[in-house]
Amino acid sequence: MSLSSQFDQIFVLLQHWIEGFFPQSLQPAVGAVVAVVAIVATFPAIFAVTTVLERKGLGRIQNRLGPNRVGPLGILQPVADGIKSLTKEDIVPRSADAVVHFLAPVVLVVAIFLGYAVLPVGRNMVLMNMDAGLLFFFAIGASTELSIFMAGWSSRNKYSLLGALRAVAQMISYEVPLLLSSVVAVMITGSLSTVKIVEAQSGFTGIFPHWYVFTPWGFAGFVLFVIAALAETNRSPFDLPEGESELVAGYFTEYSGFKFALFFLGEYLGMFSIAGFAITLFLGGWGAPFSFLGFVPSWAWFFFKLLAAIVFFIWLRGTLPRLRQDQLMNFAWKFMLPMTLLNILVAGAWRFLGEGWSRWVICSLVLLCAYVLLGRILMRHQRLGPRSYRYAE
Amino acid sequence: MLGEGILQGLAETAKNFAGSFVSKERLTTVQYPEERIAPIENTRDFPILIYDGNDPMAGLRCVACQICEKECPPKCIYIVKSTDKKPDFVGKMQIYPTRFDIDISVCMSCQICVEVCPFEAIKMDTEFELSTTDRFGGLLYDREQLSKSNEHYHKIHPTEAAEVDARLAEEKAKAETKAKAAAEAAAAKAAAAAAAPPTPAAAPVAKVAPAKEPGA
Repeated sequence: MSLSSQFDQIFVLLQHWIEGFFPQSLQPAVGAVVAVVAIVATFPAIFAVTTVLERKGLGRIQNRLGPNRVGPLGILQPVADGIKSLTKEDIVPRSADAVVHFLAPVVLVVAIFLGYAVLPVGRNMVLMNMDAGLLFFFAIGASTELSIFMAGWSSRNKYSLLGALRAVAQMISYEVPLLLSSVVAVMITGSLSTVKIVEAQSGFTGIFPHWYVFTPWGFAGFVLFVIAALAETNRSPFDLPEGESELVAGYFTEYSGFKFALFFLGEYLGMFSIAGFAITLFLGGWGAPFSFLGFVPSWAWFFFKLLAAIVFFIWLRGTLPRLRQDQLMNFAWKFMLPMTLLNILVAGAWRFLGEGWSRWVICSLVLLCAYVLLGRILMRHQRLGPRSYRYAE
Repeated sequence: MLGEGILQGLAETAKNFAGSFVSKERLTTVQYPEERIAPIENTRDFPILIYDGNDPMAGLRCVACQICEKECPPKCIYIVKSTDKKPDFVGKMQIYPTRFDIDISVCMSCQICVEVCPFEAIKMDTEFELSTTDRFGGLLYDREQLSKSNEHYHKIHPTEAAEVDARLAEEKAKAETKAKAAAEAAAAKAAAAAAAPPTPAAAPVAKVAPAKEPGA
C-alpha cells in the first residue's frame, strides 16, 4: 500500500488496529463502536469550532470583531459557552409534561446522529453501507419534526405550541422539495446507496471531475437541495421557528440550560449532516475536485467541502433577512415544488437523450426558461420598494 | 431576475467581511473595560444630590420640598423632612431632608425630578457601572450615596453647571441687595422714629430680609 493511500485510509487502519485487540467474534461490534465514537466526537467538535467561527464571521460582516476575550483570539469561547450552559439553572414549567419535555431535545440529537450513519466521510469511511442509505437518512431526518412538536407540546405554553406548529409546517413543506431534489441523483446513479452515489461521481474528464453539480439537472438540483436544506435545518433566512425578534425562540421557549444547548447542538449537527448529504449527492462526496489532487486524503476533501458549505451558510446568514411565514410557504409550494418536479423530468430526459451536446442545450434551456418564467409569475404581484407608512411618519 | 438581489447582497457582505480585515476605520468596536469613549455632555443616567462646600450633609442644596417625590413617574424617590432648619446658600433658614432615598432599580432616568427642582439640588449623573451583588438593598441609594459635590457636577456637565452657578449667583446677589435695601429702610425708619443714634443694622436685617424673599 502506497504512502498516500495509507494516509487516505489512516482512520480505517486505526479502526482495524483497535479491533485487533479483541477476539474475532467481538470484532464487528467493536469496529462499529469505534466508528460511532469517532462520529460522536468529531461532529460536536466541529460544532464547537463552528459556533465561534460563525460569531466571528458574522461580526466581520457587520464590521465588528466578534468574540475575542476567552483565550487567544477568542478561540476558547466554546469552552466558556459550554460551561455556562452546563451551570445554568434548568427550569421546567410546573404544568409541563416532564417526561416529554425532557425527551424532546434527546430525541432530536439522537435522530440527527442516526443520520450520520449513512454519511460517507471518506473512502471506506461510512458506518453503514446501506442499500437504502438515502431513504434511511430522510426517514430519520423526518423524525426531527416529531421532537420539535414534542418540545412545543410538552411545554404547556401556547407560544411554544404555536412556535412548534410553525416549525413543523415549515419543515414538512420543505421536506418535499428536499426529497424531490435529491431524487435526480438517485435516478442517474440507479442506487439509493450513498457510497454508490459518491463512486458514480468519482471519474474524471481530463482534469475535471464528474460531479453531478456540473450538469444542468445537477446544478438545479443542488441549488434546490441547498435551499430546502436551509429551511429544513432552520437556518437563516428560513429561521422562522427561532425568530428571536418576533417570537423569542418559538418551540424551545421553555427550555433553559443544557437542554437548550442540546437544541442548539441539534440544529448545527443537522446543518452539518444535511450539508454532508448535499456534498455526497452533488459535489462528489469525498472525491478530489481535480484529478491531479488525488494524493490528498479523501476524508480531508470531505471536510474541506463541509467547511466550505458551513462558510457559505454563515455568509448567507449574514446577508439575508428573515422571511415571513407566507413568503416561506409560497416559495416552497409555488417555486420549489414545480422546479424540483421539472428537474426530475429533465434528469429523465438527460438519461434518455444519449451522449452528445444536444442534451446539454435542451436540459439547460428547459430549466432556465422554467426558472425565469416562474420567477416572473411569482414576482408579478409584488411591488418591491421602500415601504410607505400610512400613520407612523 | 429572481435571485439577483441575493447575489448583490452576498457581494456586499463579502465586501464588508474582507474590508474589516483591510481597513481599520471600518471596525468601530471599542474594547470596553480597557478602552472607553468619553461620554457626550448630555449623557445622563440616575439622579444625584448636589452639595456646596466640603461637607456633603451640611452643604446639601435640597430643602425637602418634595416636588421631585411627587412628580417622579415611577415613584422611586422617598423623602423625610427634618424638624430643625439650616441656612441654605443665600443664608435663609430651610428644612432639609433627613432621609432621601432613590431606588435606582426603579428609576427610569426621565430627568423630570431635575426639571421640577427649584433649588438646583437634584441633577443627573453619568456613572453607569452600578452593578451590585444585592439587587434590593444595593440599588437603594440613600442621601450619603446620592450626594455629589458641585465640582463633580461641573466635571460631568460643564455647560449646564456654569448656567446653574450663574443663576444661583444672580439669585444670591438679588437676595443680598434686597436685604441691604431692607436694612437701610429699617435703619431709616428706626432713625426717624426714635431720632436716636442708629442701632447696628445686622441683627434685625438677618431676621427681616429672608421673610420678604419671594418663593422661598
